[in-house]
Amino acid sequence: MALLVSMVLEGAGETDPLSIKDYESLGGFAALRAAFALEPQAIIREITGAKLLGRGGAAYPAGKKWEQLLNIEGSPKYIVCNADEGEPGTFKDRRIMEAVPLRLLEGMIIAGLTFNSPRGFIYVRGEYRRLQRRLAEAIQILRDAGYLGERILGSPFSFEITTISGAGAYVCGENSALLNSAEGLAGRPRIKPPHLAEVGLFLKPTLVNNVESFANIPLVLTMGGEKFLQAGHPQSGGSKLVCLSGHVRAPGVYEVPLGGATLRDIIFSPQLGDGIRDGRELGFFHLGGQSGPLGGPADLDVPYAYYPLRERGLAVGSGAVVALDASVSPVEYLQKVAEFFSRESCGKCVPCREGNKILAKYLQKLQIPGAWTPEDERRLSDLMVAMRRASFCGLGQSATTALASAQKLFPGRFAGASAPAASEA
Amino acid sequence: MPELSESQARAIMADFHDDPQRLIAILLDIQEASGANRVEKKSALLVSETLGVPLTRIYEILTFYSMFSLAPRGKYLVEACESAPCHFDGGETTLSHLADILGVSPGETTADGLFTLEKSACFGACGHGGAFKIGDEAYRGGSRNQIASVIRSYRENSPRLREGLAWLY
Ligand SMILES: Cc1cc2nc3c(=O)[nH]c(=O)nc-3n(C[C@H](O)[C@H](O)[C@H](O)COP(=O)(O)O)c2cc1C
Ligand code: SF4
Repeated sequence: MALLVSMVLEGAGETDPLSIKDYESLGGFAALRAAFALEPQAIIREITGAKLLGRGGAAYPAGKKWEQLLNIEGSPKYIVCNADEGEPGTFKDRRIMEAVPLRLLEGMIIAGLTFNSPRGFIYVRGEYRRLQRRLAEAIQILRDAGYLGERILGSPFSFEITTISGAGAYVCGENSALLNSAEGLAGRPRIKPPHLAEVGLFLKPTLVNNVESFANIPLVLTMGGEKFLQAGHPQSGGSKLVCLSGHVRAPGVYEVPLGGATLRDIIFSPQLGDGIRDGRELGFFHLGGQSGPLGGPADLDVPYAYYPLRERGLAVGSGAVVALDASVSPVEYLQKVAEFFSRESCGKCVPCREGNKILAKYLQKLQIPGAWTPEDERRLSDLMVAMRRASFCGLGQSATTALASAQKLFPGRFAGASAPAASEA
Repeated sequence: MPELSESQARAIMADFHDDPQRLIAILLDIQEASGANRVEKKSALLVSETLGVPLTRIYEILTFYSMFSLAPRGKYLVEACESAPCHFDGGETTLSHLADILGVSPGETTADGLFTLEKSACFGACGHGGAFKIGDEAYRGGSRNQIASVIRSYRENSPRLREGLAWLY
């Protein structure tokens, strides 16, 4: 298997992102045309067979999500694209929206057709204001060409897509907070159940998928679920966009076949990260965003795919891979992570709002020689359990994931007083 | 201090059909048009009245989302990313270059009212030596001179000056 593939990003950088002709010359809109002849169940069968896992971070099977929505009564149903892309170290949705926006829009239109939905929304983080304008341009171009709007391609199906802007809040990437924000409210998460498939945007049944997930839909239909699956890992089909940053020589977005590359390939192959800069050694890497786990040199040969990583306590998450050289102190790094979460906590629940602040203080204390006590150790571990179990949403629940993985990866370093000096070596 | 006229604010709301569900978009545009990167009390009151949204809800939005400000800021917001991927990849250097070039600390505005320096969370420009943003545009980190020329291009309002500089998006 090749280390790099060109599926979701086919045409990126080589074609005019806003040219329908360019996109069609690569087979664009063939999937949509085919979808008109298919029953919704048949479309979903392909997605299920493709084992397309949600690319936004939680890896929920897209086929299952679509099937649940199909089985729910009620109309209208809304299609929402999560383009909040707030996980630090993640910038692949930006790449899709910049370089192949028509593929994303085609995926959303196919979703609209599947659920006979009148409207789709793309919730784009406020920081991507320029991209919002470009997407609006792409939407207008599709409207003019009859791919959006009234009676698409002469069929009875009509569908509109609108962009909605965030305004700076990481928690709005959580899908229920996102819907609140899309309704013009503060972006705090909703209690679930009811699930968003039943009670979503404007209290209507709603599909929320990530940008990369939608952009995969046309591929699933043109390739067929089975071939899509074969292009990836037996338990998760297709490719994944990896966002490589940190101390690698060649940072950037790379598309790898799931299961076809190891972490070593991603960080060290000359085709991808090309190794660590300045002749230094790899210290550790952080996968899937700030809410994901850390891994170390011993994990490098794990294939990059959802299940093999999960078995190792690692995760694909958003696709972020931040590789740090050995000069970076993991404790200092984790303190930055804790500061991020305490800054971004929405404040709705105590375990997260207070927990993240206290966590940041503990991580500070760990850096003061001799300050750490066994009592701190016990309290920190209680705090982590409370945050993970009692937080209201995924932000608080996963805010300690990185720390928990680091405690295993660097056993001495996070137990200052109980395991002194020797551990620092 | 520049101020947004009532008719400008009304026109922005009309663009969104005075729809309370588009409150965030309306406030973002009002802030952008304010010339001082903030939403004044006067504007908040007008929005509240026109859209029929309680003033407390307007302020809930203005204080919940980090892109809003009640206090006036410079015409251009200069933001240095302080999230981990940038922080450990030159982010601190970028911030200190920016502070040095602009002559202000984070949270402060330059005397000419052009720039406000802020630290920000990740804005998706990772892997570029401590990225920074000016208004809607993101740039890679670099030497003091490189960063200074980007700033100068804004000061002199000359997009041509920053062609090929270090633009990311
Ligand atoms: C705090 C938090 C932040 C999240 N941020 C994002 C995000 O920026 N983009 C995204 O697609 N999903 C994000 N998610 C995951 C979404 O809640 C949701 O699972 C996803 O949009 C579903 O789409 P998918 O199944 O296609 O991945 C976030 C979740 C949490 C808890
Ligand atoms: S865990 Fe609680 S405080 Fe934290 S973001 Fe979620 S709802 Fe808000």
